[in-house]
Amino acid sequence: MPPVFGVLFDGLAYGMLLFLMSVGLSVTLGMMNFVNLAHCSFAMLGGYVAITLMNTFGWPFLATLPAAFVAAAAASVVLERIFFRRFYRASDLEQCLLTIGIVFVSIAVAAYIYGTDQQPMQPPVYLRGSINVLGLDLAVYRLFLVAVALVITAALMVTVETTRFGAQVRAAVNNQRMARGLGINVDALFAVTFALGSGLAGLGGALAIAMLGLDPQFALTYLIYVLIVVSVGGLGSIFGSLAAAMLLGISDIAGKYYVPAIGAFLIYLVMIVLLMWRPTGLFGRR
Amino acid sequence: MASEAIAAPVRPVQYLQAQLRWRWGEIAFWLATLLPFVLAPSYLVLASQIAITALFALSLDLILGFSGIVSLGHAAYFGVGAYTAGLLSAKLGWGEPLTGLLAAAIAAGIFGYLTSFIIARFRHLALIMITLGIGLVLQEAFNSAGFITGGFDGLQGVHTWPIFGRFRFDLYGYTAYTYSLAGLFVIFLIARRIIHSPFGLALRGIRENSTRMPAIGAPTRTHIRTIYTIAAIIAGVAGAILAETTETVSLEALGFQRSADVLVILILGGTGRLYGGLVGAVVYMVARDQFSGLNPQYWYFWIGLLLIAVVMLLPNGILGGLAHLAQRVRGKP
Amino acid sequence: MSETALAARGVNKSFGSLVVAADVELILPPGVRYALIGPNGAGKTTLINLMTGMLAPDSGQIFLGPDDITALPPHERVRLGLVRTFQINTLFPHLTALESVTLAVCERRKVASTWWHKLTAYSDEIDEAYDVLSALTLAPVCHRLTRELAYGQQRLLEIALALAAKPKVLLLDEPAAGVPREESRELFAAIAGLSRDITVLFIEHDMDLVFRFASRVIVMVGGRVLVQGTPAEIAADPQVRAVYLGKARHGAVP
Repeated sequence: MPPVFGVLFDGLAYGMLLFLMSVGLSVTLGMMNFVNLAHCSFAMLGGYVAITLMNTFGWPFLATLPAAFVAAAAASVVLERIFFRRFYRASDLEQCLLTIGIVFVSIAVAAYIYGTDQQPMQPPVYLRGSINVLGLDLAVYRLFLVAVALVITAALMVTVETTRFGAQVRAAVNNQRMARGLGINVDALFAVTFALGSGLAGLGGALAIAMLGLDPQFALTYLIYVLIVVSVGGLGSIFGSLAAAMLLGISDIAGKYYVPAIGAFLIYLVMIVLLMWRPTGLFGRR
Repeated sequence: MASEAIAAPVRPVQYLQAQLRWRWGEIAFWLATLLPFVLAPSYLVLASQIAITALFALSLDLILGFSGIVSLGHAAYFGVGAYTAGLLSAKLGWGEPLTGLLAAAIAAGIFGYLTSFIIARFRHLALIMITLGIGLVLQEAFNSAGFITGGFDGLQGVHTWPIFGRFRFDLYGYTAYTYSLAGLFVIFLIARRIIHSPFGLALRGIRENSTRMPAIGAPTRTHIRTIYTIAAIIAGVAGAILAETTETVSLEALGFQRSADVLVILILGGTGRLYGGLVGAVVYMVARDQFSGLNPQYWYFWIGLLLIAVVMLLPNGILGGLAHLAQRVRGKP
Repeated sequence: MSETALAARGVNKSFGSLVVAADVELILPPGVRYALIGPNGAGKTTLINLMTGMLAPDSGQIFLGPDDITALPPHERVRLGLVRTFQINTLFPHLTALESVTLAVCERRKVASTWWHKLTAYSDEIDEAYDVLSALTLAPVCHRLTRELAYGQQRLLEIALALAAKPKVLLLDEPAAGVPREESRELFAAIAGLSRDITVLFIEHDMDLVFRFASRVIVMVGGRVLVQGTPAEIAADPQVRAVYLGKARHGAVP
């Protein structure tokens, strides 16, 4: 099989990871227009929680995943109550600066506790190695990643399309004022959505360790990619985040593989072009 | 600014003229910039760095504070200016400083003008991301062109000739600080004139309500392109001064870190007040110098805390806070 | 065509399945005072957005005098004399009233791009702005920040900004919106004082204003023009009554 399929698969896995880390930000940005640049700090938190549980407390890998989710969600609730709440009506710039401040603090705290080196992480035995699918060697861990992400994506889609909660979320993203007028408690809805989104980011962070590594700079390094996914995908659109994450993941991996000279900034160019074509994102509101 | 009704005898023009006069605080500020020569001669190199950063922050203030354009990639123009001056010396052997500034201004101006067409068309998140993208693209491009730019190690062989053939750039920093300070002051005067011109009023109009501007017949995009180009030129000149006074240029001159730092500095000082970038630069860089022995991790921690504190307590920066205090002291509501 | 100050011909606009303008024909002869009324969501503000260029029509044309301006960007239509005000105050919060109007005057006179002269060198423009504000009784507060002005004064400033552009055709979007009875005297006077050289179309819910100032009333419902006529004809029209039936409205058609 030509290497292109391997590249596509790796891009897919990377994309799904980015999706998990980005979807929460997209929805909360679309709903409340709150620019939360600290979103990847929650991802990083999830990663460090998972690592600590595994390496220090001997938890099995799979058990650390829900723990990462819960930890990140809980942290987001605390931060939302203390800080974010007061800034829903503030300017974009103020929100950026507040959340960047939180990112910096989180990086420093992570470095203080865990040091600046990459965290050593070995996925469990049954997730190592690769299996041969149709003549292609696919890493088991990445297959696992894709599987988990697909399950979660399906769960999200089902929730958004069929449940009452999902309908309320869609209404609030679409027109907040109208949603309030209809009696929807947008603030409570936002708090729950925010927690869910941050929890997903935490889960993404935990899953990312084996593939992307984990160090205190994680919160900033991947913030840029998450922002690209969110702005290109369109605020408030789950499907948009998915599409953009796929596009980004595949472009990045393919770029680095086929044209390493410009691979690094290929995605930035792709982003600029896409945003110029569709400023509100591929699936954003016009 | 204005907050009370005026009796008929004072013509509106006269009232506005009174607003634009040089204040005592401003004169005191500029006199104070001469103090390092006398009081802290061992810190002249730092003072020169502060002046350069202040100039860079001033250029960002023109687009962010006065026109409302949030840019996360302004260092791109700083870097273009720095590399232009640096390459002129390192590769072409031309180290004359003033013409180096001119070349940098032109290069940064062209790049700024071209990108301004993109910038002027967008707002909100798309704009922020595009400015970020442009900065990152340039950073990577300069990184890849390591054979020209020297990549991570930086440009080697930059040698700046003495100004007017007489004033050498020495290790003590006298010439460097004089040069940087002069550059800052001259460009400050230009920026001040821009702000007090009809164009400056139009820029504030764009910042205050960009929807209303076309409705009063304003060609908003043209205005934005103009100020963006001017800001790029000024940033480029700042970068060139850095290259010439330190005789090095490295990738961090146009990196995201620099774009983020200048944003923090401007916010710290207070946007839209011309002096915000200057005050912010002094505070930030003196603090950084004092804490330079500190583990970089701790630096991140304190900067983060500072950002949170500024946003929560001093949303208009130091100058905003001082203005507020002054109003309270004067007994105004 | 020179008999017409402003015309919208066959204008259509939809957002997906939502039709906001359907085959709209609207003609304003020079110097008239027409009113555009209709229930909320009828597409009145949308029509103004279409005519001023803030929204591009799916089909149809907009004429200012004899010129087809359909392809022109909003600020150029203003330069040609088509000016609007906004239903919700769209002002410059941290500029003073004088600065705001001076800006409008400078833009009109095409000196707003000048960055090398001080603003105070343009005393003609500043004086003109002051005169506009005086005519609208805002001179005493001209040095106050817009955000510090009373609501009624802000509504007057909305009109001042529009007048500073020396309009030939003025589109007023609910000029009296939210202004309590006690403060609307100046506003009514301002509208009455508009020069007869200016053609005025105003959207209003306040029937007092409509009856006092309009020579003709256009009724829009659901993106379409339902009926046009003199205020008396419209007041008596059974279709119009049906549209407003059951809605207790301040000053509503009896």
